[in-house]
Amino acid sequence: MNLYARRRFANYTSLTLSMIAMAFGLFWLFWIMYTLFLHGSAGLFSLATYTQSTPAPGSQGGLANAIVGSLEMTFFAVLMGTPVGILAGTYLAEFGQKGWLGNSTRFINDILLSAPSIVIGLFIFEVYVAQVGHFSGWAGSCALAILVVPVVVRTTENMLLLVPTAMREAAYALGTPKWKMVMFVTLKAAKSGVATGILLAIARILGETAPLLFTALNNQFYSDMNSPMANLPVVIFQFAMSPYEDWHRLAWAGALMIALFVLGMNVLARVMLRQPKQH
Amino acid sequence: MSTLNNAGLSVKNLNFYYGNFHALKNINLDILAGKVTAFIGPSGCGKSTLLRTFNRMYDLYPKLRAEGQIILNGQNILEPGIDLNMLRAKVGMVFQKPTPFPMSIYDNVAFGVKLYESLSKSEMDDRIEWALTKAALWNEVKDKLKQSGLGLSGGQQQRLCIARAVAVKPEILLLDEPTSALDPISTAHVEELVHELKKDYTIAIVTHNMQQAARISDYTAYMYLGEMIEMGETDNIFTSPSVKATEDYITGKFG
Repeated sequence: MNLYARRRFANYTSLTLSMIAMAFGLFWLFWIMYTLFLHGSAGLFSLATYTQSTPAPGSQGGLANAIVGSLEMTFFAVLMGTPVGILAGTYLAEFGQKGWLGNSTRFINDILLSAPSIVIGLFIFEVYVAQVGHFSGWAGSCALAILVVPVVVRTTENMLLLVPTAMREAAYALGTPKWKMVMFVTLKAAKSGVATGILLAIARILGETAPLLFTALNNQFYSDMNSPMANLPVVIFQFAMSPYEDWHRLAWAGALMIALFVLGMNVLARVMLRQPKQH
Repeated sequence: MSTLNNAGLSVKNLNFYYGNFHALKNINLDILAGKVTAFIGPSGCGKSTLLRTFNRMYDLYPKLRAEGQIILNGQNILEPGIDLNMLRAKVGMVFQKPTPFPMSIYDNVAFGVKLYESLSKSEMDDRIEWALTKAALWNEVKDKLKQSGLGLSGGQQQRLCIARAVAVKPEILLLDEPTSALDPISTAHVEELVHELKKDYTIAIVTHNMQQAARISDYTAYMYLGEMIEMGETDNIFTSPSVKATEDYITGKFG
């Protein structure tokens, strides 16, 4: 076999192996989505799912209160976690790139990034829920916010580090003070990347169950942030574990809803990163 | 003949270190006001390093250190306690690669101006037009000032960067291989520009292109391995250099 034929052979072999690996991965993803659609689409396309609250066993109902609760807690979690994450990520990339404070912050952030979410749920249970004496939406938001922070810190730092040094030097060369350089040049250049990080953080917390079990718990009705609050993951957990057929149907619908939402977030994040950088 | 706010630089016994590496060795030279001074020499000889001491760009990085004196307006700018932002407002710089900021063409040029002056809308408009005209870019962009600076071609981006540097009205303009990433036509544009700009500014330019140095500069300095080998009027350097090494370099026997 000559060199060219050998290389062609090696090329085909590795390409085939890669395709098989890809097909294997996609197979499970499609199977999961197929199963979700099979069991969940009935609930997903029924109006009652969005207009009625979670029912007692055997009665008519939907997921409206859980959807609203999830959105509300996610909203406040992002509201609390994002500014902290962006500021800390900016510090790491622009100010504490080297030095012990930056390095230890980065290390702790990595631990937080991979910390089991149930630990964070327990933590908020201890410092918040146990102190005030009841579960609440705020407690749920706090637990989710702690999950948001490390994701946003990491993406913000990485995206800022992608901004070329030449751009920083150009800003300095005009006599720009550092804080203005960061605010108006590098953060601006990294804007879409940072926004992507926020989307990924939302995708991450939307399906979190463990931290909410200890904090927001659940509620059969709409509630304010000071009371235990219904949310999709915990409703799915409770309804799926129940023996009731109609509860199962709603659990599937909720699961499909979350899967589609997370998928959408990820696609959106992709699209945002790909867009040509306009001002 | 030069009447505007330009000034010269006087470098005395300048030594520069990257950590332990002695990159510039006892440099002495004057950059005359209202003239174009070109620095030539093979890669790694310290041209850019020297240029980056004039606005103390090296200060951004740890372990870099300069010793000696660089006198601007009677003040040694290497002294500690110098306001670096004010220094850099007086000594503008354009880099090898175009570095437009991620904002509109207008905002790119206005960025530096806003740092030091608060102009009314119409004054700012005038300044933007003035700077872009100086940079020979006005006619190409006047109808799209609100569009992103990143959408321009490479040559246009570099002229935008020159406009941005000029808009601040510095006294000295440092050009660090400003045309090395540009095609011949854009290069010609920038060279014409240097001719135009030296009426108002003192210019120091680093270039790998010896014809460019010969075309646009009044004075040329040849550097090699961190040392200033020879400096003089460009005509003399290129026709009758007094040092053999300079002659070898500019005639292409070496480098």
